Amino acid sequence: MKITYWQINLIILSFLLLIWFVVSFGFGIIWSEELDQFKIGGFKLGFWFSQQGSIYFFVLIIFIYVLLMNKLDKKFYKNSKDSQEIDKE
Amino acid sequence: MSLQALTYLFVGISFTIYIGIAIWSRAQSTNDFYIAGKGVSPLANGMATAADWMSAASFISMAGLIAFLGKDGSVYLMGWTGGYVLLALLLAPYLRKFGKYTVPDFIGTRYYSKAARLVAIICLIFISFTYVAGQMRGVGIVFSRFLEVDINTGVIIGMCIVFFYAVLGGMKGITYTQVAQYCVLIFAYLVPAIFISLMITNNPIPQLGFGDKVIGSSTYLLDKLDQVSIDLGFNAYTEYSKSSIDIFFITAALMFGTAGLPHVIVRFFTVPKVSDARKSAGYALVFIALLYTTAPAVATFAKINFINSVQEVEYKQAPNWFKNWEDIGLIAWKDKNNDGIINYSKGNALEGVKPKYLDDKEGDYGERITTNSPDFSNSNEIYIDNDIMVLANPEIAQLPNWVIALVAAGALAAALSTAAGLLLVISASISHDLMKKILMPKITEKQELFFARCAAAAAIIIAGLFGIYPPGFVAQVVAFAFGLAASTIFPALFLGIFYKRLNKEGAIAGMISGLIATSSYITYFKFINPQLNVAENWLFGISPEGIGFLGMIMNFVIALIVSNFYSKPPKEIYQMIDEIRKP
Repeated sequence: MKITYWQINLIILSFLLLIWFVVSFGFGIIWSEELDQFKIGGFKLGFWFSQQGSIYFFVLIIFIYVLLMNKLDKKFYKNSKDSQEIDKE
Repeated sequence: MSLQALTYLFVGISFTIYIGIAIWSRAQSTNDFYIAGKGVSPLANGMATAADWMSAASFISMAGLIAFLGKDGSVYLMGWTGGYVLLALLLAPYLRKFGKYTVPDFIGTRYYSKAARLVAIICLIFISFTYVAGQMRGVGIVFSRFLEVDINTGVIIGMCIVFFYAVLGGMKGITYTQVAQYCVLIFAYLVPAIFISLMITNNPIPQLGFGDKVIGSSTYLLDKLDQVSIDLGFNAYTEYSKSSIDIFFITAALMFGTAGLPHVIVRFFTVPKVSDARKSAGYALVFIALLYTTAPAVATFAKINFINSVQEVEYKQAPNWFKNWEDIGLIAWKDKNNDGIINYSKGNALEGVKPKYLDDKEGDYGERITTNSPDFSNSNEIYIDNDIMVLANPEIAQLPNWVIALVAAGALAAALSTAAGLLLVISASISHDLMKKILMPKITEKQELFFARCAAAAAIIIAGLFGIYPPGFVAQVVAFAFGLAASTIFPALFLGIFYKRLNKEGAIAGMISGLIATSSYITYFKFINPQLNVAENWLFGISPEGIGFLGMIMNFVIALIVSNFYSKPPKEIYQMIDEIRKP
């Protein structure tokens, strides 16, 4: 059985949302205190994730998604007008 | 040039630009008016979204709030940016593919029900008006402090400007004005931040500067601030003081709330293609992150500057800005120990928190007298409104006048751009969803456009009244706006796209239960029994600010259960969902 566009999309989504959860709720809140033992420059690491790092990762996550999906779109639908024909196959 | 002349100049120039753009990009059709003819480039849309999103609260209040809350303030930083990941990944591309005008449009069509549409309209109007009220207050503060006109005159001027480009240009006019407004506001935010970062740590990048060493010493700025905070009786600045579960829930409620805010979602209807909607969300977050990563730096600098310039200073020697803001009523000093020296520490300076001034007399040292009795449970003598941190920051750091004038223009840009975006979703939901789709389906496009303009005008007048007679509950209802967006609109959109089997019964039951649970919890603790609003009484230790996330989970559970008792949605709906899942 061939894997569909929608299934690949869901796999990408789950993977990226896992990162989203870990950098914000994980590093920024749940394990923040433990991470505070480490320092980068004058920042405690947990504090840095909660006020800076998580935001940088958010930006990164969206652009990775844009890149992956643009590739996926090209693979399955050469251009959007073809989409209906491919679906009938 | 004097500060006032410079401020008039900067504000005047920026307002002229906004009006010029409005005339250039007039809306001709409902398509133009609601979604700018789907012709906005992803980059421009990203900028417009950023300006739309960053309100007076982000620009004026957030850094002050973080300065006051320390690490607890991270909930706003993570919450108000993390929502964009959800938007870009879970909602924006599909809603763009759906290709209609408004959020209730999607909910009404997907759940094939006028009732669902109506519930969505009610939530949307409530959320948007809550928000608008805050913007108009921001406009009022800036006008009264920097242009020295009456707050009411300031609000009316602001209303006229928004009226002009929102009613005339619709979404098209708003989009291009927002691009200009973004440039003004981000420049105005970064310039003073860079100046202050250089002054305190000699590092030109504020994001790095606040983790750097203080000039001429070997201590890191944050370590110093931790120490100073503890000495004054506060919590350490870089540690949480709220419980983890509460921080978790507030952050989640703000994130899912952000993803469910109609005026943000509708921005992604304006780009030409589905792939553009994704890209545009990415650009939007870059532009937002620029301000949101600077804000915690500004907060740190402002806190340390503020403490350094007022703590244990004689009132007569207090800097000018202190007295200026006292005149506006956002600072008050109560000399508890009658020594003429300002003491700042943890706790409320005054009984009843907010100062009530006595206007015909001055105190022993020339201060404004407050009729509140002092709160003797602590030794703090200063009342300070968080809102002034960003506005007063350039003055506290003694930056040149043109920087202060720039900040005033930036704050106005932030308030006006958000107000315009909100007014547009209100007017679209009334003219399109309520009039055209429910009450009077027979009206022509021209009539609909006319109704849209009338609704926009009416919304502006109501928003202006909120600014002139600010309701006392503005601060309390912000939790409401995000809580409702998270517990009603987000689940309806998300399940609508990702779970085909959800029928109208399930969706409506979910939305209504989310709405009732969230609003009754908030109303109970914020309005009915505010004295009970402490951690011991909260459900699972979740404050009213974070309850929206629990409401959202409830919405999901109830929607899925109820849905199984009723028949599947019709075939067309399955086809429609298949269609929006394709790029």
